[in-house]
Formats: sequence, C-alpha cells, structure tokens
Amino acid sequence: MARREAIEGLIGISPWLIGFCAFTLGPFIASIALSLTDWRITTGFKFIGLKNYITILTDDPNFVQSIKVTFNYVALALPLGLLGGLGLSLLLNQKIPGARTFATIFYLPAVLSGVSVALMWMWLLNPDYGVVNTMLSWIGIEGPNWFWDPDWALASVVLMSLWRLGGSAIIYLAGLQNIPPQLYEAAEIDGAGRWSKLINVTLPLLTPTIFFQLVMELIEAFQVFTVVYIITDGGPMRSTLFYLFYMFRTAFEDFEMGYASALAWIMGIIILTFTALVFKSSPMWVFYESDVKQ
Amino acid sequence: MSLSQTIRTSKKWNERLNVAGTMLILLILAVVIIGIPFGWMLITSLKTRVQIFAWPPVLLPWPPHWENYSETLTAIPLIRFAANTLLICGLNIIGRVMSCTVVAYSFARLRFPGRNFLFMVLLSTLMIPSQMLLIPRFALYKTIGLVEPFDGYLPLVLPAFFGDAFFIFLMRQYIMTLPRELDEAARIDGASTWGVLWRIILPLCKPSMFVIAVLTFLWTWNEFMHPLIYITKFDSYTLQLGLNMLKGRFNVQWNLIMAGSIMAMVPCVILYFLAQKQLVGGIASVGLKG
Repeated sequence: MARREAIEGLIGISPWLIGFCAFTLGPFIASIALSLTDWRITTGFKFIGLKNYITILTDDPNFVQSIKVTFNYVALALPLGLLGGLGLSLLLNQKIPGARTFATIFYLPAVLSGVSVALMWMWLLNPDYGVVNTMLSWIGIEGPNWFWDPDWALASVVLMSLWRLGGSAIIYLAGLQNIPPQLYEAAEIDGAGRWSKLINVTLPLLTPTIFFQLVMELIEAFQVFTVVYIITDGGPMRSTLFYLFYMFRTAFEDFEMGYASALAWIMGIIILTFTALVFKSSPMWVFYESDVKQ
Repeated sequence: MSLSQTIRTSKKWNERLNVAGTMLILLILAVVIIGIPFGWMLITSLKTRVQIFAWPPVLLPWPPHWENYSETLTAIPLIRFAANTLLICGLNIIGRVMSCTVVAYSFARLRFPGRNFLFMVLLSTLMIPSQMLLIPRFALYKTIGLVEPFDGYLPLVLPAFFGDAFFIFLMRQYIMTLPRELDEAARIDGASTWGVLWRIILPLCKPSMFVIAVLTFLWTWNEFMHPLIYITKFDSYTLQLGLNMLKGRFNVQWNLIMAGSIMAMVPCVILYFLAQKQLVGGIASVGLKG
C-alpha cells in the first residue's frame, strides 16, 4: 500500500519534476556554460573562459549605465512606492463606507500592463498635448518633456510605477487587518494618540509585510522592459537603459548570446546578494509577533 | 449640557469629520489615478486628427468619432491578433490548472520518498529570477527545434503543462486546509488515489483553480517580451505585438492608437471586475504567507 502510494505520488509530481529538470535546472546549468562561450547563433559555440565577464566588468560603458539606471530607479521608486502604498492602505483601513469599492478601483492598474499601458502613458505624458502638461499649464507650470528629456525620462518611468500603488496597498491592507484590535485598545488605555498608535503598534506589526514588499520590488526593478522598449528605446542619451532591456538587446538584437548570458548571471548574483542582505538585516528591523510569545 | 456630554458630541463630530476627510482624499486619488488617465484615453480615441492637436485641448469631442475604432480594426487585424492571444491564453490556462492541481494534490496528500526535499526544491525555484532563464531556454528551444513549428507558439504554451512553482505552492496550501476525513471516507468507499482527486478534491479546489486561471489569463494576455522573441510571422502575432505595430504604423494618430489600446485593455478590465472578489483576497493572502 505504502509502496503503491509512493509510486503514485511520484507520478503525480512528475509533470513538475520533468518540467523542473528540462526548463529550469537544465537551462540554469547550461547558462553557466553559455556565459563562458562566444555564441552568436550563426556561429558555433566557442569556449572563451571568463572573457565575457572580464569585458563586462572592465570595459562596457553600457553595463555601467544600465546598472546605474536600474539602481537609480530602485532608489526612487522603492521608498516612494513603500510610503505611498502604506499611506493608501492606512486610508483604506479606516472605517468608511465604500472602502471595498475604493480598494477594487485602486487595484485595477496592477492587473493592467503591457503595450497598451505603455502607449497610454506615452500619450498622457506627451510634452505638448498630453493631459498632464495640459493640466499643469492651467496652474501656470510649464511641464517637463517627460520621456523625451534625459533628466526626466527615468522619473517618468517611476511615475508609471507609482500608478500601480494599489497593488502593494492591497497587500499592506491585508497586513493591517491582521493586527489584533486588542493591541489598539491596550494602547488607548495607556493614553496613546493616533500617531503613537501608528508608530508603536501599526508599523512594527507591519514590518513582515513591508519586508516582503521590499524584496518583491527589488526584483521587479530588474524586470522593467516593455515601457522602455515601447516608449524610450533606452534613451534619450541612454537615460532609461534598464538592465533587462540592455540584456535583451544584446541577446536578441545583437545576437551575442554568450555575452548576454554572462550579463544574466551578473544580474542573478546582484539580485541574490541584495535579497540575502535584506534577509540578513531583517532581524534588526522586522518584528514578528511570535517573537514575543516565545 | 453637561461636560461629558459635550465631549461625547464633539468626539462624534470629530469622527464624522475624519470619515468625510478620508473619503475626500480617496475620491481625489481615484480621480487622479483612474479617472483622468482612462478618461483622457477615451476622449482622445473619439477625436478627429485635428482635434488631437488643438489648443486649447478639446475636452468633449462632439460628435464622438466612434468610427475611429472601426478604422483601427480595418488598418490592423486586431481581431485576428486577439484570437491568437486567446488561443495562447486558453492553452496556458488548461495546462497550468491541470498540472498544478495534480502536482499540488500529490505534494499535499501522498507520501513518497523525498517529498519534503522536493518541495523545498520547488520553493527555492521561486528565488530564481525568471530573466536568468530567458537566454538558456531560448537556446534549448532552438536546439531541439521548438521555435519553428506552429509559428513559435510552442515555447509560449508548452511550459504551462509542467506546472508553476508559485501556483503549485498556492494550491498545496489550499488543499492542506481541506479535512482529510473526506479523503478517507472516499477511500473506504473504494475510491482510488486519482478517484479521490477527481471526486473529492477537485470540486473543493474550484476557488484556487479560478484564481490560477484568471491570473494566467491576465499575465498571458499582457505578455510582450516572450511573444516578441518567439513569434515572427505577422499572421500569428499576439495582441501586444499588434499594438506595438500600431504605434509604428499610425505614428502620431493618437486617436487610433488609443482606440486600439482601449480595445486591448477592455477584456482585462471586465474580467478583473467579475473576478475581483476572489482575486484580491487570493493575492493578499499569498502576500502575507510569502
């Protein structure tokens, strides 16, 4: 009986197991090998050792630029997204009529993506005829050239990401609603005001959720692609040369697959390092309720 | 009026003021985030070419030029592209729901050697950034000849039939909450392992399967990079590839570009509002457990 169950279990997970070996583990290992070759699709594989990595790290201005762009984006979008998402979730957590409807409305941008959204933003932020600069002109401000100005292009992409605030707000909201109301009651008895409750009860209990979001948004910064491909093509003056876009261009427009594989590995190492750093630092600032119970 | 009464009334008023203030802020935010962008899109899609670039801007194009929509559809076969996209979405949904359910059930209910280890492996694959697999997977498909047949659809569809770590995890957690007594009762009645899955677990898993299906649809519908890599034949384009072409073809005819973009968004918006209750709940609980 147990033996039969074991066989059935292995059969049951076999779709995943086969897929894992074929589409994840295999390619994962193969990409190490690819990154050590000079492969341009048309030519054969030529083993060149660590040369790709050496070129990337010592002699590739585009790599440096794409790292800069991606990290500048993180530095802008991450804190603004955290604050905004948190603020919105605090508003939605008030006892007001229609809170659910509001949450539904704000979440909508999070399920929309792709080319249509990029085209929409391209038109909204049109310097001369877009709605944003039109409205700014009503109050006497001359709006910037957004995607078409090297100083503003990255900020425009950040603005687009803030449009999806509702996505993270929903997750914070679920975190907020998991906070036991007795804690607030106890704080009130101790004479805590609204701010004091926010800082001493809400925020500490929300740190696991904030932590989760931090890791997610870090990874997402390395996934920015469609916007750049559709709107800016990495420009103007390489100001939106995001990492994934640069990697894509190297692989599928210049067909330097070996070099692009090395780029992919460097990205993987960066993401894993930062995720590990966030995890390592988490005991310093993440508060789990279970810590107290022990 | 006694002092305590005065305090109580003022507290009540304070609360009402709070509610009104919060609602006002949320209302303004809703207008800024949703109302203005979508409104501007819709208005633009109903303008003439001259009206798009008029100053001061035309806020209410009258009469509305609904024919922009039909003009967009005749210029570019968006319907055909939508049908292509639906086919890819449908196959992805079928593949994902089937494979994830069977795998999740096996992880949740069956005992086999190495189960915990393999589940840890499954979870750890969630940590691998998917972009890292982009090039080696392309190399794999190219080498074994999956890129050319069926106009490049195979790489976009096939992986779905082999499960997805995130959804398997989601489903397993869900199945674990179902009482085991149900399985055992069915076993006593002579049901086999797969009979239990088919007759007991599957009907109870419908909410999870629904979330997987909806999310898969939304992601596949909006996916741009993978179709861009694999689909080269014009007739086989997905909607997103078609929109990219729309932008090149129409250049500054923003009324037509917006009409096309709206048509591409509408199915997602409708599906979202139909499914929002299950969807928002599902995503929020995943966020917390993750």
